[in-house]
Amino acid sequence: MQQVPLLSLITFLPIIGMIIILFLPKNNDKVIKALTLAVTGIQVILGIVIWRFYDYSLGGIYNQATFQFVEKFRWIEIPSVSWLGTIKIDYFLGIDGISAPLILLTAIITFVATLASWNIKTSLKGYFALFLLLDTGMMGVFVSLDFFLFYIFWEVMLLPMYFLIGIWGGPRKEYAAIKFFIYTLLGSVFILLAMIGLYLSATETLADGSKVFTFNMLALMNSENYTHDGILSPLNPNNFRLLAFLALFVGFAIKIPMFPFHTWLPDAHVEAPTAISVILAGVLLKMGTYGILRINYPMFPEITHQLAWWIAMFGMINIIYGALCALAQKDFKKLIAYSSVSHMGFVMLGMASLNTAGISGAVFQMFNHGTITAMLFIIVGIIYDRAHTRGINDFGGLANQMPIYTGFVTIAFFAAIGLPGLSGFISETFVFLGAFHVESIRLITVISTLGILLGAGYMLWTLQRIFLGELNPKWNTLNDLTFREYAMLVPLTIIIIVLGIYPSLMLDLMNSSVNTMVEFLLKSPVSFSGL
Amino acid sequence: MMTIGLNHFLIVSGLLFCFGIFGMMTRKNAVMVLMGIELILNSANINFIAFAKYGNFGYHGQMIALFVIILAAAEAAIALAIVLNIYKNFATVNVDEVNNLKE
Amino acid sequence: MSEYQIIVFSLFTLFAPLVGFLVTIFWGKKFKSMYLFEVAVITLVLLASIAVMVVKLGYLTDTKIVSEFAWISLGNLPVLGEFNLTLGIMIDNITVIMMFVVSLISTLVHYYSIAYMKGDKRYNRYFAYLGIFTFSMMGIVLTHNILMMYIFWELVGLSSYLLIGFWYEKKSASDAGKKAFIVNRIGDVGMFAGIMMLFITYHTFTFDTIFENISNGILPFNSDFWLTITGLLLFCGAIGKSAQFPLHVWLPDAMEGPTPVSALIHAATMVAAGVYLVARIFVMLTGDALLIIAVVGALSALIPATIALTQNDIKKVLAYSTISQLGYMILALGVGSFVYGFFHLITHAFFKAGLFLGSGSVIHSMHHEQDIQKMGALRKKMPITYVTFVLFSIAIAGVPLTSGFLSKDGILAGTYAFGLLTGQWIFAIVGFLVAMMTAFYMFRLVILTFHGEPRDPHKFEHAHESPLLMTIPLIILASLSVFVFYTANPVDAEGGWFLSKWVKTPETVVPQSARYSFMVSDAETITHQEKVVHSISYSEALHHAHMPAIFLSLFLAGLGILTAFLFYQWKKLNADKLVANIKPLYNFSYNKWYIDELYEATFLAFTMGLSNLLAWFDQKIVDGIVNGTATVTRFFSRFIGGFDTIVVDGLVNLFAYMSGMLGLILRKLQLGKVQAYIVLVIFSLVILVFLFTNLQL
Repeated sequence: MQQVPLLSLITFLPIIGMIIILFLPKNNDKVIKALTLAVTGIQVILGIVIWRFYDYSLGGIYNQATFQFVEKFRWIEIPSVSWLGTIKIDYFLGIDGISAPLILLTAIITFVATLASWNIKTSLKGYFALFLLLDTGMMGVFVSLDFFLFYIFWEVMLLPMYFLIGIWGGPRKEYAAIKFFIYTLLGSVFILLAMIGLYLSATETLADGSKVFTFNMLALMNSENYTHDGILSPLNPNNFRLLAFLALFVGFAIKIPMFPFHTWLPDAHVEAPTAISVILAGVLLKMGTYGILRINYPMFPEITHQLAWWIAMFGMINIIYGALCALAQKDFKKLIAYSSVSHMGFVMLGMASLNTAGISGAVFQMFNHGTITAMLFIIVGIIYDRAHTRGINDFGGLANQMPIYTGFVTIAFFAAIGLPGLSGFISETFVFLGAFHVESIRLITVISTLGILLGAGYMLWTLQRIFLGELNPKWNTLNDLTFREYAMLVPLTIIIIVLGIYPSLMLDLMNSSVNTMVEFLLKSPVSFSGL
Repeated sequence: MMTIGLNHFLIVSGLLFCFGIFGMMTRKNAVMVLMGIELILNSANINFIAFAKYGNFGYHGQMIALFVIILAAAEAAIALAIVLNIYKNFATVNVDEVNNLKE
Repeated sequence: MSEYQIIVFSLFTLFAPLVGFLVTIFWGKKFKSMYLFEVAVITLVLLASIAVMVVKLGYLTDTKIVSEFAWISLGNLPVLGEFNLTLGIMIDNITVIMMFVVSLISTLVHYYSIAYMKGDKRYNRYFAYLGIFTFSMMGIVLTHNILMMYIFWELVGLSSYLLIGFWYEKKSASDAGKKAFIVNRIGDVGMFAGIMMLFITYHTFTFDTIFENISNGILPFNSDFWLTITGLLLFCGAIGKSAQFPLHVWLPDAMEGPTPVSALIHAATMVAAGVYLVARIFVMLTGDALLIIAVVGALSALIPATIALTQNDIKKVLAYSTISQLGYMILALGVGSFVYGFFHLITHAFFKAGLFLGSGSVIHSMHHEQDIQKMGALRKKMPITYVTFVLFSIAIAGVPLTSGFLSKDGILAGTYAFGLLTGQWIFAIVGFLVAMMTAFYMFRLVILTFHGEPRDPHKFEHAHESPLLMTIPLIILASLSVFVFYTANPVDAEGGWFLSKWVKTPETVVPQSARYSFMVSDAETITHQEKVVHSISYSEALHHAHMPAIFLSLFLAGLGILTAFLFYQWKKLNADKLVANIKPLYNFSYNKWYIDELYEATFLAFTMGLSNLLAWFDQKIVDGIVNGTATVTRFFSRFIGGFDTIVVDGLVNLFAYMSGMLGLILRKLQLGKVQAYIVLVIFSLVILVFLFTNLQL
């Protein structure tokens, strides 16, 4: 498969779709929808192809030879720019076990979100064009191995999101969109700063023996590539690596979103249309944790060790705080948004363990949270489409009115609670096992387990208030699921159940990469401090 | 016999020039103004050719005269087209009445 | 039947109910009689488990059959080492006995429900739920590792949630389901912490491997203390699931579910899972852990017994009695009397399931009346229910010739022996006290329900004996409450096949220093050929305790029954007058010690208060800071914007304005008359010519 540029294909396919859509006549609704569906469908197929041809034994992380589906060629080359020397930027794509699950996730979630967009009525053309652009941005973030390219995709994803919330959103859409945009842009600025700092601190040796500054992530992970006087060089005794780590971390943490940078999330979710909530929760939040794993961890291993305790601490705060906030919500969508905050806390806790069980659990939790929360937002969307309200207390007794829908809701809720047999349980268990293994964060882990208790509390309470009890006669006209809604919920349900029963499908995919990461983090502090 | 010298030519051209100026200043009809301009151009042509004949300049004068004739033809074509358009828009060719740009 | 076939049959008993669940839930809407599939499946499961039990107990008594497969194998990991999780089943004697109990009661409940639930609008779904419950319960029973047990543990919680809230139109039912799940989760969090402790110490979840490591001296954090803590954390799961004090509050509420469900889940099987868990991990419990377990058991036996004395709802009385009996089992395990604890689990499963099904029969015929104050004299109307109910009652009260007498007497003897050996008599005192109270409240129930005069003549008129589908399960359970199934000797079970051959106290693996003193092998035991778990002194103490325990318990049970008759049958004593005299005590008991209210006022109020506070904090403070920053920025930008408009842009505009003014002045020159321009041009030309040439006129 080395000949086919699969990663470029999966990344830029939506752009091609977008261009075609832009050339289509304006009121050609059906064709636009069908085209988008086809594009995202092909993406899913490509994702599966990538998964089938993926070699489970290769580790990736810092070694280009063990990355897969690598595409690398010179993209930008500007010779002799004053004191910078030659600027060379690569078009460098590749995946390992950390990004592979997330590519699958992105493909699946985008496909489902396309179906969820079916009800969009106004300016369809613009919506789907932006939607596909967003798709490219997300895919690109997960496949790029060049920091510059990564950053471009990161920003590409931001703009369509702003318009998608700001134009097709709810009553307070402008506020939510601008809040999302500015918050994320603030994060991007931090990332940009650190990125430039790193660029100016490390060099890469080219084939002709000359040394140039580099954005190559893998080169940035190798302490030998750093110059002696770079501000972010480990060789420089007066370096600013801690500061750069924090800048990157804050940039990514806004995306997770980590307490206290999380308040854009409830607003954005509440105002965004269903499909965009699905993408936001399903994919965008993962970029934060993915960024930390891909960039912060291997580029700053010694600081990772120093700050792991804090990451766990903030993970715990996210878990407990998010769950308690969710308990108090009266808006269904807001509740799910806060439960996202809580569940992303598990990812952070797992990452902080710095061992295989914890990091595998974290990556797996990213995937599971993607599917489960996507399902939850679809569920909210379905009820909102019918009842035009999201107030939890407005409902009651829907179980008799919409029994099949209630069945799906029950599965999704219990998956979110972490019921065994559903995928959320495995990832949470792995996170806890991994984190509990580390002595310094053991207490934090024990306190975090309260999260699964609170999770059961708010989920079951919501289930009761919306679906159980006597039916409010106001709602006796609501219909059960349509075919399109089945098409959204069934695949996600199958994924949740299959991964709950046979998690090895996913765990084996990431295992060797996670091991490589753990080993890399283990040996690095020694070599870094010894220099 | 009185030989026709340079001065005669210059007098003719001076008269033509004056008629031209006079026509431009007194006529309000745009076509007439154009005709005045033609007269001025032709007076200039006469000057060019006269100096070419009596001066020591080779044939440059004649060439420029030819050039001016061509230019005048082109200019007349454009100017008449403009006059036609003015007539279309304002139903008059009186240059005094066409003063929209003033305000 | 070989070991292989036993495994196949056991797997069948595990997965068949799951298939029953899936088929019934998916096709239940389409086919009205889909429930028959589930009933057929469960019958086959019963037959399979009987086959397994007979073969295992008959021919393979001392072998332990294990079958496992790799579930998640991540290989040799950095930091963590080998990380391979297996799923598997382990079949030993207590497994097959539990399998039989679960499948038997489940089957009986299935048949019983066909009649009891007739006419319910979610008939098929009810049977589907029973199927998934049986699947999960079988999972708990069969598993060979603690993680898998936790998995099924949670699934049992799910099916319990679904079944308690089966009539979810009633708010009380959906509340009860939620409460059950969440209260169970509290225990499960503790259990999960225990599992994590085991994992970081042993990197495996398999019981046998863990026990082997402990016996090799590998302890969590290398200390007895942490082994105790680990054991207690795991025990938290049992506190939740077996409704032990202080997490017992969910069980009485769980009576909102259909009565057959109460019989199956909340009396016989699921709540026994906690006891089963303690039995499974019994060998790794240290003396300290066992002592705390005994205290929990004693409190759980005592407190609900006092509550049951005053309740008027027939199912509530039985629910509190269930907690109390489960407390007995836990107490027995806690004082080291493993076999009797497990024995009581089995006998109690039968007679308590019977009691619930009997009460279901009464409720069914009384048109869903549950208040015993409105019953009475039903014995004439429903003789089979009456006879079996009395039989179950004397079993639970501990009257000789019943199974309950054997097991309860064993437990009491165990506590008595514990008192003899350690001097702590409190457990024995509680045990005997509870025995008396049990006898009293059970007969109070029997008399008020079946004897005397009908107190609600209208309902009494319509009361009738239940159909055969409901009475036959009662008869089967009643027959299983007789001693002959367990031992030939009606007063002492010790020599019987159940206790001498099938169930034996496993040898504890904890370090000698952490055991109860009487569980430390002394010199005499080592000389014995077979492995004796307890020291000789314990056996002797138990032997000594046996006779006094029998007589004392007989006397107290008799006293309890007699008092009940004096109060309610013969009316020699006036219950109302007594209640009036001890009003505060009565209220305290009637209101369940105000425990629910206490929890509501403390934990629940605290959590909800904190949650509201944090939501407010989140919206006003955290988001406020964000919005505040935005506002400050906007204010600042407005200021800058003002500066920009007034000063910077003002200058620009000033220039523009001046140019404009100049233009206004100069435009006066533009007359718009072509001739004027021409004159001007010519005039200027003439002037210029005169100025710049030296032409002299």
